[in-house]
Amino acid sequence: MLTKRLIACFDVKNRMVTKATQFQNNIDIAPAEEIAETVYNAQIDEIIFYDIMASAEKRPIDLEMVRAVAKKVFVPFTVGGGIRSLEDMYQVLKAGAEKISIDSMAVRNPDIIRQGAEAFGRQCMVLSMQVKKVPVTEQIPSGYEIAIDGARTFTGMDAVAWAIRGEALGAGEICVNSIDNDGTHQGYDLEITKMISDAVQIPIIASGGAGKPEHLVDVFTKTGASAGIISSMLYSPKLPRNYSVEELKRELIQAGVPMRPYVPQEEY
Amino acid sequence: MITVIDYKAGNGPSVKNALDYLGIEAVLTADPQQILNADGIILPGVGSADATMESLAELNLLPILNEAVLEKKTPFLGICVGMQVLLSHSAEGDCDCLGWIPGQVQRFEEGVRIPQMGYNTVRFAGSHPLTQGLDEGYFYFVNSYYAKPELASDVEGVTEYGHPFCSLIARGNIMGAQFHMEKSGPAGLKLLARFAALCREGGSLC
Repeated sequence: MLTKRLIACFDVKNRMVTKATQFQNNIDIAPAEEIAETVYNAQIDEIIFYDIMASAEKRPIDLEMVRAVAKKVFVPFTVGGGIRSLEDMYQVLKAGAEKISIDSMAVRNPDIIRQGAEAFGRQCMVLSMQVKKVPVTEQIPSGYEIAIDGARTFTGMDAVAWAIRGEALGAGEICVNSIDNDGTHQGYDLEITKMISDAVQIPIIASGGAGKPEHLVDVFTKTGASAGIISSMLYSPKLPRNYSVEELKRELIQAGVPMRPYVPQEEY
Repeated sequence: MITVIDYKAGNGPSVKNALDYLGIEAVLTADPQQILNADGIILPGVGSADATMESLAELNLLPILNEAVLEKKTPFLGICVGMQVLLSHSAEGDCDCLGWIPGQVQRFEEGVRIPQMGYNTVRFAGSHPLTQGLDEGYFYFVNSYYAKPELASDVEGVTEYGHPFCSLIARGNIMGAQFHMEKSGPAGLKLLARFAALCREGGSLC
C-alpha cells in the first residue's frame, strides 16, 4: 500500500539551516549537509531545502550545497528558492536534487511550470503555495488567497483556482503552506488542505502548524494529503517537546495511517 | 566497474552518489566503449519513456546496449523509466522501446492519484539472485505508468496501486526496478549493493 510521507523542510541561508516563525526572525541551527545527514539517518521519508535568500539577493541557488546534501541523503530531496529558468532547474537536478520547488516565480511566470514539466517530467515540479485565510469574495471564492515573496505580497489569486491551474500546467505535486498556521504548532490548516486535495489529482503536501503527532493523524485522515512537513516537531526549541521520526511513525501506524515503518539500522 | 549511463533525462548523479556511498566503483558516462567494457550497466530514469528512447538514440547507444546486454550478457539494471524502456512498447508518447522483455507499459487507470508518489511495498518472488532470501520492503516510487510484462516469469516484484502491478523485472542478466533504489533509504541501497555484487560475479546470471 502506498504510504504517507513525513518531510523535513529546512530554510537555508548561507548554507546554514535556519528556522522561520511566520517567515520572520531566522535563527541559525546547523550546516545544511549536517542536518540532512542527521534526518536521513533518522529515516525521514523526504527532505526539502529552501535557499531563502537566493530570490531576495537575485542570485542562483547554492549548487555546492545541493551537491553536498546529495552525497549524504538517499531519499528524495527537493530544492527551492531562486529558480528562474529551465537552465537553473537543470543545474539543480544535475547537482543531485530530485525535485524543484517553485513558488513566487510560478505566480509571476506560470508558463515555467509547463516548461519544467516538459523538459524534466512533471514529477520534478513541486508547486509551492503560500495561502492565507481571507473573507470569501467573488474573486476569492475559496476564502484563501495566494501570497508571494515570503508572504509579504498578496496576489488577489484564489488558492484553489491556482492549484487547479498549476496541475493543468504540469505540476506533479503541490505544497500547501498555511501562512496563518506556520510557526503556531497548533495543527495544519485542514480546511484548505482538504479543499485543494479534493480539487486536484496530484499529491498534496501539507505544511505549516504541525506541533504534535495528532496533527499528522488529522491531516492524513481528514484530508487527502499525501505528505506532511514536520520540521519544527523534530528540533524547534519553542515546542514543549520534540519528537523523533521513529516516534512519529510509530504513533501514526498505531492510529492506522500507512507509513514506511522505522527499521533499526542493524536490521538492514 | 559499473557504468551509469549519463543522458539528459536521467538522474545519473543520484545513482552515482549512492554507488560512491556504498564504496562501489562506478563511472557516469555515455561513452560506448565504457558501456561495452563495464561489469554492469545502470540506466537511471526520470521523465518520459519517449524522451528516454530519443535520448538513447541520439547518443547512438541502442546498438551498443543491445551488444552489451544481449550478446555479452553484461548485468543491466534499469531504474524507473529505465525499467519501463525494457519492454516492447510504452503508451507514454506511444513509443517502441528496447523490447528485451516482451510486454507493454501503460498509464495507471482512474481512481488513484497520479503520479504515484511515495514509498510503497514491494513483495519479492525471491526467484532471482537479486532478491533471493528477501520477502518484502518499502521503496520510493514516482510513476504515472507501469510495466505489464507478458511472461509471469519476468515478474520478480509486485506492488499494489489501485491493483497489483509489476514493480521489479528480472530475467537472467536483465533487471529493472520501477522504484528508485538510490532514493529508498537503506532498503534501496541494499538492493543496489546486491546488484553490484552480481556484476562482480559476472557469468553466473546467464
